[in-house]
Amino acid sequence: MYGKGLRPLSIATVAMLALSLSLVFFYAPLDADQGFIQKIFYLHVPLAIVALVGFVVGGVFAIAHLRTNNRKWDAYSYVSIHMSVIFGVAVLITGSIWAKASWGHWWVWDEPTLVSFLIVFLMYATYYPFRYAIEDPERQARYASVFAITAGAFVPLNFMAVRMAQSLVHPRTFGTANGGLPGEMMLVFLCCLATMALLWVTLVKFELTAKSASGQVKRLRRALDAPAPGAASRIAPEVS
Amino acid sequence: MTSSRAAFAAILAKDLRSELRTLQSLPAMALFSVTTFVIFRFGLDRTSLSGSLAAGVLWATLLFAAVLGINRLFVAEREEGGFDAIRLAPIDRSVLFSAKAAALVIYLLALELVAVPIFALFFLHDLGGLAPLALVLLLADLGLAATGTLISSMAVNSRARDLLVPLVLLPLVVPLMIAATGATEPLLALGGPGYHRFGTWLMVLGLYDLIFGLVGYAVFDFLLED
Repeated sequence: MYGKGLRPLSIATVAMLALSLSLVFFYAPLDADQGFIQKIFYLHVPLAIVALVGFVVGGVFAIAHLRTNNRKWDAYSYVSIHMSVIFGVAVLITGSIWAKASWGHWWVWDEPTLVSFLIVFLMYATYYPFRYAIEDPERQARYASVFAITAGAFVPLNFMAVRMAQSLVHPRTFGTANGGLPGEMMLVFLCCLATMALLWVTLVKFELTAKSASGQVKRLRRALDAPAPGAASRIAPEVS
Repeated sequence: MTSSRAAFAAILAKDLRSELRTLQSLPAMALFSVTTFVIFRFGLDRTSLSGSLAAGVLWATLLFAAVLGINRLFVAEREEGGFDAIRLAPIDRSVLFSAKAAALVIYLLALELVAVPIFALFFLHDLGGLAPLALVLLLADLGLAATGTLISSMAVNSRARDLLVPLVLLPLVVPLMIAATGATEPLLALGGPGYHRFGTWLMVLGLYDLIFGLVGYAVFDFLLED
């Protein structure tokens, strides 16, 4: 039932990806200061925004899980955080490449946004060993939700504290009143942001579908009394 | 209202009494912090510290010593069936959170009462910064107690208890450490205490305490269900 609408969604995502990439390379003007390397901005920043929003969305699903006690929301929360962690790896790698190209170092400590993102990423990376350590599935789902809510509250606080501790070097793209981006760049950027959000939603849906399918197969096997091939994942929640 | 206040007092008194009788956390925390100071003395090869180095050594040591206490906070509840008793008792379960957090604050204050004077004796020339430092310590302890109690109560019910507390707690307290060291650094600066951005950092500490106090209080109920 999770597979419904997966095909049009995938096609739309691929089309948007193609459109965004061609806009980035053929329409968006070259940055006067940084030149061609500035184009990584259209990948890096949307990825970062989508990953952070995904973490918070995982927290919201966790609240829904604790309120309704429906295990479906725990699976949603798990998959959201899982996908955002994967996006987070991409953010750190693209951020590193951009930093090397524009500041000359792979890693810059006095750059608040990069450091905050690393701390948030490390926080969510502990989500897996944390889940894995709790055996009872009921309790695992509940504790994981508590973790997701706590970490969701931690994200904005962490950004504030790190920003206060350091000087300001990072381009503050949307800090100023009218965005500081020329119209064409802004258009391309928004298009890329929509694409990344769509990609995130599609991948989340894919993972939920896969989990639901393997859950169904497992139930059918149990009904037929056939042994399951290989051990099932002990971390990931099951979807009914 | 009165019943939860009575329950709070009873749980807190029980914790403090059992700690006083068994002495299983506090002496270890104090000993650990003194040994760590000695290790820093040789690791950094410095006989006196000031400014950011002093703040870093003090807070890193206090944080790791606190992790020792946080690890043990709920062990007795689990092993002796304290969780079941709380579940059976006709009281609000959040009381356990506030009582445990209060006990942890008292442990941390006791630890600092030992560790900070020894730190000053070992490394500091100028003791003028210690009085305002007390305020920073108190605010940081409140935040550390809120997150520590929450993580400890979850870790104790898992397979990897001693592993989980440092793993999950350390990234969670990074903002707290940024603010605490930011406030401490000018206080321990060479040539007398300074108050550069002192108020701002205290506000960040207060905000951290408030947010995680509320989050802990709100979600703690779900950790006790079974």
